[in-house]
Amino acid sequence: MSRSITVQAARRWYWQRITAMAMALFVAIHLFVMVYAIQGGLSAAEVLARTRGNMLWAVFYAAFVVLVAVHASIGIRNVLVEWAGLKDGAAGWASRLLGLVLLVMGLRAVWAVTLGGAA
Amino acid sequence: MSDSSTLYVEVWRGGDQGGYQSFEVPRRASQTVLDVVTHIQRHQDATLSYRYACRVGMCGSCAMRVNGVARWTCRTHVSNVCTDGRLQLAPLANLPVVKDLVVNMDSFFEKMQAAHGRFVGEHTRYEPVAAVKPDSPERQEADAGIECIGCGVCYSSCDVVSWRPDYLGPAALNRAWTLVNDVRDIDGLRLAAVAGDAGCHSCHTQGSCTVRCPKHLSPTAGISGLKRMAARAAMRGELDAEPSAGRR
Repeated sequence: MSRSITVQAARRWYWQRITAMAMALFVAIHLFVMVYAIQGGLSAAEVLARTRGNMLWAVFYAAFVVLVAVHASIGIRNVLVEWAGLKDGAAGWASRLLGLVLLVMGLRAVWAVTLGGAA
Repeated sequence: MSDSSTLYVEVWRGGDQGGYQSFEVPRRASQTVLDVVTHIQRHQDATLSYRYACRVGMCGSCAMRVNGVARWTCRTHVSNVCTDGRLQLAPLANLPVVKDLVVNMDSFFEKMQAAHGRFVGEHTRYEPVAAVKPDSPERQEADAGIECIGCGVCYSSCDVVSWRPDYLGPAALNRAWTLVNDVRDIDGLRLAAVAGDAGCHSCHTQGSCTVRCPKHLSPTAGISGLKRMAARAAMRGELDAEPSAGRR
């Protein structure tokens, strides 16, 4: 295995750990707000009332989406190599594609509940 | 257990495509699994192949799978692993079978080399002995992993080796960890050799190596140390940098 490939793998491991640490905080905040805010019952209208037009939530969940995309794509890459028997290159492209899909879908959802027009 | 009872032993015969053969072996007091294999070879079937040398847990050559679990057989008492009078003996997993209970350990030892598992010093015998404080953190880390006898039990027990055959494995990485903590060692390329997907970063921290190591070492802990050290070096751009002068 060439040195640069080794370095990339070591960096992927690093970024997966860093995103995991950050997400632990994000998940805690997310869950706390859910438990705290839904005491009157969970409804779409109530969620939208909290998030719509709120840039703080937009930034929070946009960052969350980025973390998930990075973390999940690295993990899926490893799963594809170890369990699905994909070659490293193919697994790399498949995981990048997955990361992009997660990023687009996630950011679209964030946009919809904060800045989107239609309820 | 009484001496008169009988052990029903299934022993792997042949190569990778072999099968189990049944033997009946008299039960003895303080009987080890190696005693059972030796009894079969000496009294029932002289063509049975297996390895051993020291019989006292030093050489690391008698490891095999006992009832599915890799163990050093010379120090494994039958009474501790056999509850119903039956034993199933198989060669170590993750290594090609030569014959019966003997595996080809080439890849195991080649990975020790690939992980730069040998000490590289810069002093000659004519210079004073290096002073390493016994209570220094590096010495403590190295001490914790230094007693490996190279038996291959961890390698046989590692799922990551099973699904990623180029993975260096617990023994080679444990050895590398003792050496990166050896302040006398000057091999500047070892960390790069053990990093990445074929190296320490593939470890899933399942801990089978640590549970089954007959010397009670913790390759898992050493591999975690390597992960942190190598990832930090990679982020600083030190992992792909040429080693500094005087290092190789």
